[in-house]
Amino acid sequence: MMDEGTELSLTIAQIVQRLKATHLHSQIERQAKECLHRPEIQLESLKEDVRNFLKASGWERKLQNAVYRELHVQPLPSHPAAPPEHAKEPLAYMRKAQVNWEKRILKSLNSMCTELGVPLARKRPAVEQKELTNKWNEMGTDEPDLSRFRPVYAPKDFLEVLISLRNPNHDSSEEASAKSHWGLIQVPLHDRDIPQMREAYSELSLTTGQLGIDDHTHVPPDLFESEHTRIGKKVVNEQDSAAAQQYSRQGCPTGLRADLWALILNSTNEPEDVMHYEQLKAGVIHHDLLVDNLIYKDVKLTASNDDYYFVFEDFLYQVLLCFSRDTAVLEHFSYNSATPPKSYIQGKVGVEEFAVVYPPNGVIPFHGFSMYVAPLCFLYNEPSKLYSVFREMYVRYFFRLHSVSSSTSGIVSLCLQFERLLQTHLPQLFYHLREIGAQPLRIAFKWMVRAFSGYLSTDQLLLLWDRILGYDSLEIVAVLAAAVFAFRAENLMEVTSLTSAEVSVPRPQAGRLSPTHTHTGFHSGPWLLK
Amino acid sequence: MSVNTVPCTVKPTVTLQIGDAETDSSRPGVYVIDVTLPIGQTVNIQEISFKNYYTAYVSVRLLRRDGEGAAKWVTCLRNHCLMPSPHTEEGSQDYCSVYRQQMLIEPDNVTSVRLILRQPSSAWLNFSVEDIKIHPCLNEDSEWDIPDWLSDLTQVDQLCDLQGLPDPQTVSCSIQQMWALTEVMQTNQTTASIGRFDVDGCYDINLLSFT
Repeated sequence: MMDEGTELSLTIAQIVQRLKATHLHSQIERQAKECLHRPEIQLESLKEDVRNFLKASGWERKLQNAVYRELHVQPLPSHPAAPPEHAKEPLAYMRKAQVNWEKRILKSLNSMCTELGVPLARKRPAVEQKELTNKWNEMGTDEPDLSRFRPVYAPKDFLEVLISLRNPNHDSSEEASAKSHWGLIQVPLHDRDIPQMREAYSELSLTTGQLGIDDHTHVPPDLFESEHTRIGKKVVNEQDSAAAQQYSRQGCPTGLRADLWALILNSTNEPEDVMHYEQLKAGVIHHDLLVDNLIYKDVKLTASNDDYYFVFEDFLYQVLLCFSRDTAVLEHFSYNSATPPKSYIQGKVGVEEFAVVYPPNGVIPFHGFSMYVAPLCFLYNEPSKLYSVFREMYVRYFFRLHSVSSSTSGIVSLCLQFERLLQTHLPQLFYHLREIGAQPLRIAFKWMVRAFSGYLSTDQLLLLWDRILGYDSLEIVAVLAAAVFAFRAENLMEVTSLTSAEVSVPRPQAGRLSPTHTHTGFHSGPWLLK
Repeated sequence: MSVNTVPCTVKPTVTLQIGDAETDSSRPGVYVIDVTLPIGQTVNIQEISFKNYYTAYVSVRLLRRDGEGAAKWVTCLRNHCLMPSPHTEEGSQDYCSVYRQQMLIEPDNVTSVRLILRQPSSAWLNFSVEDIKIHPCLNEDSEWDIPDWLSDLTQVDQLCDLQGLPDPQTVSCSIQQMWALTEVMQTNQTTASIGRFDVDGCYDINLLSFT
């Protein structure tokens, strides 16, 4: 709550500080120096001329994109008296719940270590390193014995943690009343109602063209598709991140999606990015981590069993193993309520010089984690590019799906939003499902945790993720989950148990998305499965 | 953004309630907290900072001593919103500040500050504000040991001929801002990581630590 001038100055100072450390800074400096030889640069108007040159040659746009990226990942300027943990998560009881959850995960990992007699990390002997280097492009053919390993946790374990979240200062003693919440999430977070969402998601209204509906074969392309694609090509040519983000709200044409997403995320594939990826690969070759086995296991259990994604098995290892070694990911913990696990090398417990983060990126994968990467394999076939895009998507969005926080894009808010939408617009259905012991969240949670990856056909999923990027929010995931229930309302009213409710809801590969009015008046133009 | 604060006493919270406090079953929706300076001292307030705990609205009244020594209560902030939606968590545990510029009257020669806290929602068991701090104006010259020549320098009115130099007030404003920027830059050294996760090539770990 500082005054605006100071807030802006602080934000600028922080962004400048961060960009100074990047390759882009040295590149622009070099460009500015080299352009001095050019005839159009005059001494009298030096500053203006250099600026104009940088603008014309596209460097200013690159800088703009970099600043835009920083604005996405910068935590809000905080009050000078606020400690860093407050920036991660302002509510004390949520911080505590996250800490307790993390302790459980650490205990679980430690006991897996001791039971199996496998160290958390070890240096690979030279022979093993050579073997892995040779096998790098076909790690999927390896069939290591993973039977002893089990995932550290599954989404349903995490759901129990969220269900037990309570605000100690919240009065929950009241009798059932109009404001009772029927769902499983019992924390009073703020969420938007339909009229507010209609305004916020105005590009999804029924009168605006959308890819995914208005590009069906029976719709003439002149109505929307051709023009939208033409604009998309222009956006890619201009290399403008902000324009790409706005464009993505109405969907990305398949042929342009890879470029548009890379633009929105400011994921470049410069030599230094490739070099960074190679460095991570070296990290994988040199050290063997216990989490590697968890990753192998997860890929084998989920993506490899999926009709759409099994072909990308090798890519998934190449991305996820490197992801675990990437210390750059640690930056996002300043705005993530989670804290990276810590350990000490050489048994020097408590000695700070020997303290390390484990795994190096601070993220312990859970059952289904590889599904965050799998859909991206359809867009990028170069590992370093695929890696760069995935990492950015993780530090902007996916991390919020498996940590306890009060953020509006956090999984707790999404669950609450889903339940509230259902209770407000489909009260009969909600009541019925509750009565038969089939709380809707128990069915929808796994969809939301994975942002629907593996629960929608890939083309539909990518259209959904277009909007997540376009609106820079995961809120639409909750709306889609509610819309699925709305669409299946009639069938669901007939079921009599949780298992039959699960079956009644559309399974993967079944759906086509389209916005439409529903009998409950869901007029915000959300997407429904057809 | 001054870090210096004035020592003051925070009196116990007073409840404002209709009806008998002991027998009434509903919880109070208004609390009053008085913050007083040591007797005889006054302060020119730059900022009042505190940590919120589920208070929805705060009003601030000041006891000001005027020229003749008489004290008068004035309202300097009316129903300032801390929680945009009192039934939900937004803003409930935020760190807040009320700045001089936001106040309705000049908060000078203040001996006492009264915070009136309101929480209309019955969803919360308790509400309050914590860590109340009063920050005085930076150029306060009353009880501090400033050498005479320094206080002479602050007499801006005595500078007659600026000779094309910029106005001292605007310069000092922008210098303050630049100072704030350099403070930020100094405290946050470059955050570029080297990328190595091991310590001198070693990354042999046995167990994770819980501290």
